[in-house]
Amino acid sequence: MEFIRREAPYLAPKVDVASMMLQVLVALIPAALAHVWYFGPGFLFNLIIASIFCVGSEALMMRARGRDPRVALADYSALVTAALLAFALPSLTPWWITATGALFAVIVAKHLYGGIGFNIFNPAMAGYVVILVAFPMEMNLWVAPRMGDIDYVNLTVLQTIVYTLSGSLPDTLGFDAISRATPLDAMQSGLRTMRTYAEIRTNPMMGDFGGRGWEWLGNFFAIGGSWLLVKKIIRWQIPAGVFAGLLVPAGLMFIFDPSTNASPGFHLFSGATILCAFFIATDPVSAATSPKGRFIYGVGIGFLIYAIRKWGSFADGVAFAVLIMNMATPAIDYITRPPIVGHKSEGRER
Amino acid sequence: MRAVYRTLPGRLHKHAEPVVSAPTYDLGKLHGGLRLQAHKQMSTAEPIRQVPVPEQLFLPLTQHAGDPAQPVVGIGEHVLKGQLIAECEGTLCAPIHASSSGTIVAIEPWPVSARHGENAPCIVIECDGKDTAIGTDENSPSYDKLVPEDLLGQILLGGITGLGGAVFPTAQKLMQATTCDVEYLILNGVECEPYISCDDALMREYGREVIGGAQILMHALDVDVCYIAVESDKPIAIQHLGEALAEIDDERIVIKMVPTIYPSGGEDQLVQLVTNREVPSGGLPSDVGCLVQNVGTAAAIHNWMIKREPLISRVTTITGDGVATPMNVEARLGTTIADIVRFAGGYTESAEQLIIGGPMTGKSVTSDRVPLVKATNCILVLSQTPSVSPEMPCIRCGDCAAVCPVQLLPQQLFWYTCADDESKMRSHGLIDCIECGCCDLVCPSHIPLTANFRTAKARILEQADEKARAERARHRFEARNDRLERDQLQREEELARQKQAARQAAPDAIAEILKRKQAAADED
Repeated sequence: MEFIRREAPYLAPKVDVASMMLQVLVALIPAALAHVWYFGPGFLFNLIIASIFCVGSEALMMRARGRDPRVALADYSALVTAALLAFALPSLTPWWITATGALFAVIVAKHLYGGIGFNIFNPAMAGYVVILVAFPMEMNLWVAPRMGDIDYVNLTVLQTIVYTLSGSLPDTLGFDAISRATPLDAMQSGLRTMRTYAEIRTNPMMGDFGGRGWEWLGNFFAIGGSWLLVKKIIRWQIPAGVFAGLLVPAGLMFIFDPSTNASPGFHLFSGATILCAFFIATDPVSAATSPKGRFIYGVGIGFLIYAIRKWGSFADGVAFAVLIMNMATPAIDYITRPPIVGHKSEGRER
Repeated sequence: MRAVYRTLPGRLHKHAEPVVSAPTYDLGKLHGGLRLQAHKQMSTAEPIRQVPVPEQLFLPLTQHAGDPAQPVVGIGEHVLKGQLIAECEGTLCAPIHASSSGTIVAIEPWPVSARHGENAPCIVIECDGKDTAIGTDENSPSYDKLVPEDLLGQILLGGITGLGGAVFPTAQKLMQATTCDVEYLILNGVECEPYISCDDALMREYGREVIGGAQILMHALDVDVCYIAVESDKPIAIQHLGEALAEIDDERIVIKMVPTIYPSGGEDQLVQLVTNREVPSGGLPSDVGCLVQNVGTAAAIHNWMIKREPLISRVTTITGDGVATPMNVEARLGTTIADIVRFAGGYTESAEQLIIGGPMTGKSVTSDRVPLVKATNCILVLSQTPSVSPEMPCIRCGDCAAVCPVQLLPQQLFWYTCADDESKMRSHGLIDCIECGCCDLVCPSHIPLTANFRTAKARILEQADEKARAERARHRFEARNDRLERDQLQREEELARQKQAARQAAPDAIAEILKRKQAAADED
């Protein structure tokens, strides 16, 4: 009898990239539903537009690089990029802005570096930073979260579609009527105009830790992120590092002077901290690889988020923090190489 | 189970409290590893069955690590069971004995399951079916009367090799170890690879032989502590060994239960687990005072030294979903896989792959005509593995590094093997890779890392070998040049000396000649 010949090991691998990416997408569902609940259906339109442009440009780039587009599309990584970008955008965003971000993320940040596995920058964050710098006005148009307030105004589904497609609001509503400062904006400008933390906290938009409604989103990201931890899609080092890097300096500063510094709880539950810790910083391709290196990488991101919020000119610093630490990844990997078993006595060869 | 003690790493059991039924657990630390589905129950349900002597036996001359043995029988010669048919040649070798009585019909290349090459010279015996054993020397002294050197010499004659898979000749391994300060003898009954259960079966049924072998080994090495390491998923084997140990009552021997994690049975990994000592890179366990032997090897030593039966059969597992009745069998060395599978009820319809060894490190062969050899611990027949999605670029998830028992960074190493950057491959520990296959199993991009490393390793070792050969050749050449130069110089010196002597002697000689001529003239 004749048999087929293969190389050891003969057991099939247990995981694949596509299922990892799918699980990341699944883990984002609770936060997506919460986002729609608090900020209206705009998120869904952003998600659809981002997905179309991410997947479409991925297919085009694969073809341009002379490869089979189906291989890249089958791993769902373009959809993860689209989803992360959609979470970073205000719920009301004209389609061309979303498209610009998506195209930059996939074409420049991902495929010009060689496609999945070779990109040194997190594609979604690179795309987001480009549109944040290019369209500062639109990117700051955040509607107030739905919290049962009397003066709550948001667009209907139809009005949202019209705005997304044309960028124009209904005649009866101005930007001022629907947009609100984000809690981070309010905190940053408040502290810089010499008001104390306690004073700013009396603003009705503030909740238990961060802004009302906003802080709840964080919980849904945490639920999805915990599920990814349980499923071992992500490891604990990066989220722990991000939290440590952000909360330790925030805590020390808050203890040092509680009137001019926001509390660690405010930092944790504001902006994209929790989204970043579980979903953005944990992108394996652009993160450090060794366990120790990952913790350092996370700490770096957490600290940069704090530094940008405290001393920078942007209200939130997640995207910049991630991109800066992406640059540091090779160095971190180099420094944190684990000692090979059997080489203990002779030290590390380099 | 008074034999089982809880000890701290490196401490002798004498100083520790005996624990009745909880064996020692997890002493040293093993990095990474995998918990794999064991698939062992399917072959351990029944006791070991004896495979009948086949019509023909094919005994490869190289069944061990090292040089091939040299045949001492001719074609047409009749041999008896246990008779020496090939003897040691070279420093690293093990003799081969006839597995049954019969006639030598050929010494020719035949398919084997060795790592390199397909066909290797084999001695083919046409069995006569009588299975007549050669007479043994009844007066051979008991092992404890022998000094270690003589005992090692005896073990060499038994054709004993390691039966765990590496088939290193046991006598040479022991000889090497006697040059070091060995404190612990470790018997490896871990058998961490899925599907394989031959050591489990052997410990269940031949516990006394295993412990007897341990005593012989301890005498040969002059060590006072022997650990028998068994994985925690083999409670029956542990119980049987414990009973055998209680009967023999040798308190130098301790059973240690190690966690069920692949690859805890790797030699260096086991040393780390049991003694918490790290075997240095490129070194041997004896460098840290340990000697590891497979439990099957210990039993084989016992059978040779006590019953005077050389290594002519072994216990092996025949298993997998491609075999009708998976089981453990004891078969004569040289029996073809086809004969053993027939004994186990033949193949099932789904049989697609034949693997000699386990599913993580075994070797797949295309033909079942290959014989059972000393190394064959498992015959695994699998249906085709479910089609996996194609290889993708590495996404740097780092799972490979997390499971690597040697703490390598397989994802980095992969880049360097692709780039063929030898110095980087070396500095990232390619040579330290034990080819366990863990990284392949966790890779979400389905990159065949282990196969990649295996080829790269073979390539750079070959290059290093070539370099060493070239270096030796250069040395030889230079030495020859030096010698020639020296000879030339010597010759020139000699010549000069002779010339000088001649020149000094010349006036006398001329005078002599003249004198003679004068004399002749005078006579005239």
